[in-house]
Amino acid sequence: MKNGGIFNNLNTIWKFFTSVKLAVVLLLSLAVASIVGTVIPQNENPAAYVQAYGEFLYRLFNVFDLFDMYHSWWFQLLIVLVALNIIVCSIDRLSTTWKIVFIENPPFILSRFRNRPDNEYFVDDGPPEQLKDLYEPLVSRGFGYIRTERTDKGHCIFAEKWRWTRLGVYGVHLSIVLMLIGALIGSMFGFDGYVNIPEGEVANSIRIRNPGRMESLDFGILCEAFNVSFYDSGMPKEYRSSLSIIENGKPVLKKDIIVNDPLRYKGINIFQSSYGQLPPKEVTLNFSSTKTGKTYEKKVLLGQQIDLPEAGGTFVLNEYVGSYEFRGRSLGGAFIGTLTTGNGSSVEIALPLRFPEFDRMQKREWIVSVSDYTPRYYTGLQVTKDPGVWVVYSGFIMLIIGCYITFFMSHQRLCIDIVQKGKKCKVMVSGTANKNKFGMQNKIRQISEKLADLKHRT
Amino acid sequence: MNSSFLLSITTFIYGLAAFLYIAFWVFKKPLPGRLATWTTMIGLAGNFTGVIMRWVESYRLGVGHAPLSNLYESLVFFSMTIIVVYLVIEMKYKNRIIGAFTTPIAFFAMAYASMSPNISDRIQPLLPALKSNWLIAHVITCFVGYAAFAIAFGISCMYLFKIREAGSKSNLLVHFPNINVLEELNHQMIMFGFLFLTTGIITGSVWANSAWGRYWGWDPKETWSLITWFIYATLLHARMMRGWGGKRIAYLSIIGFFAVLFTYFGVNYLPGLHSYGAS
Repeated sequence: MKNGGIFNNLNTIWKFFTSVKLAVVLLLSLAVASIVGTVIPQNENPAAYVQAYGEFLYRLFNVFDLFDMYHSWWFQLLIVLVALNIIVCSIDRLSTTWKIVFIENPPFILSRFRNRPDNEYFVDDGPPEQLKDLYEPLVSRGFGYIRTERTDKGHCIFAEKWRWTRLGVYGVHLSIVLMLIGALIGSMFGFDGYVNIPEGEVANSIRIRNPGRMESLDFGILCEAFNVSFYDSGMPKEYRSSLSIIENGKPVLKKDIIVNDPLRYKGINIFQSSYGQLPPKEVTLNFSSTKTGKTYEKKVLLGQQIDLPEAGGTFVLNEYVGSYEFRGRSLGGAFIGTLTTGNGSSVEIALPLRFPEFDRMQKREWIVSVSDYTPRYYTGLQVTKDPGVWVVYSGFIMLIIGCYITFFMSHQRLCIDIVQKGKKCKVMVSGTANKNKFGMQNKIRQISEKLADLKHRT
Repeated sequence: MNSSFLLSITTFIYGLAAFLYIAFWVFKKPLPGRLATWTTMIGLAGNFTGVIMRWVESYRLGVGHAPLSNLYESLVFFSMTIIVVYLVIEMKYKNRIIGAFTTPIAFFAMAYASMSPNISDRIQPLLPALKSNWLIAHVITCFVGYAAFAIAFGISCMYLFKIREAGSKSNLLVHFPNINVLEELNHQMIMFGFLFLTTGIITGSVWANSAWGRYWGWDPKETWSLITWFIYATLLHARMMRGWGGKRIAYLSIIGFFAVLFTYFGVNYLPGLHSYGAS
């Protein structure tokens, strides 16, 4: 009796999951929950939430994980319940459908067809035997299975097709389960990270987005160059990174990646995601002597000291600052150098890249200006690994095909009853379909017209 | 003449067609009905030519791409699809009253595209993220789905109207299709739309995986398309498995179409990656 109790409980749980009512409730709950997630911005700074909702609501929302709702335990639980619902429902019904689909001799009950209200009738000349032989080829052209039986006053042609389409809905449900399994595989064995690589440099590890740890790769990614181009309107046209995969110090694969055309190597995908500017390493400067009026062009590397002509002293390029402040205003990126004149006095000078002539304002022995520099970029790459993606994609294909079969193909059965009436025959055309009954009615009408017409053509 | 001008004219032709269908419905004279069908066909020809011209013009500007890249172009395509699907139904079911409930949707979409000050009809070059062959597959499948849902919405309204007026012997119902036909047609349209919405979400998902490196990211547009999908999936299950019919299905179909509209327009007010469709 104890076992019976447990068995009963299991049975109750099983029954609970077979219900379509549950499916409807779950689908609507997912819809409502998803709305919440689009109204409350996800994964933002706690401070921003407190400001937007106030302390109390912030705490309340936080308890229910509403700020990372799609990954919250209760949302995931809903998805698991949907999966269970789909699986249990399918198993529960599959055995019945299976028996219907894989049957040796499809059963036809003539009286049931005869009693249908939407049958078509016509009268044809000739004995039933002859009409049967006349109709059969036309019927078998449209239906995969055909069988003729003798009746008390004539013949009866049974035909059917697409019995297997009754399985379509299981394909749809299996495809959903496949997608969820694929997503699970991805979240367990895959990762989603990013890395910024300056031009000319190699990255061997990436940062995982969540939870922010580093992951080292089996190979290096060399960014040879990054280029961004713009349309005349200033809209970005293309982001292009020239990448090389480095293994054992040697490049093994070269590819330019752009948005929509990633690099894939050993199960790892590298996407163009962002970019940024880096301080230049080298700059060409003009040194104008106020004494002689002559200008000298010099290439200077960061940290390098150069001697100035006319025995005018030395110049050191000290550093690059991303934002140079001048009288409380930012002048953007600038080099800072030290000019030591012939008499030994040093002065620090700023060379903002956007204002090459900035130093001219100072009245000094040397006026330094920026003549040219090569901007340096880093490319921002999204690096992902998702071994589950092919499972998800097979689910996608299966879902589309499954929906098509489920919605637009039906198990159609046809019955043509030829009954002798004196020298003529009364012919009944009847049929059923498990879906799209209106369509089937039209089809029966068409078949009936065609059959009635056959005699006149031959 | 450029495509924008032709499409503006098309807007007026659709407006006229919608007016004629409504006149046919209200006055029950065959002439406006026949005129309505012809006007709709002329409008469709203008719409189609406009789309092709716009495509050609974009190549002349040196930024060649299929005219499916922003809100204006999607609305134009949306209207065209509604009209095509509607005309097929008209031929098949030999009933013009449905036109009074569906062509106005196409007209409003075109009017919104042509006249809203927030929508630019300028041909713009593609942003890097949109440069993909998936653009065409994704936008076409989504909008064919949306168009089917729009027509299902119109038919659901007809259904509810017919149910409400059934007792009153209103002579507005004279040429209405049979109630079973309306119900069946609604169901057919929803299945058709659901197949295309599904394909649209999937093509978008595959595209997202090649552009951004993830096939699903819960961005508001993605999420809202899924919400729409959930609503129609609920409808299909309720009808097929629980035998829901008539009124309840019609209401669900209307709710579903509002979800479509929010996916299409409302989401642009929420933050996310799908901002191309916003202007």
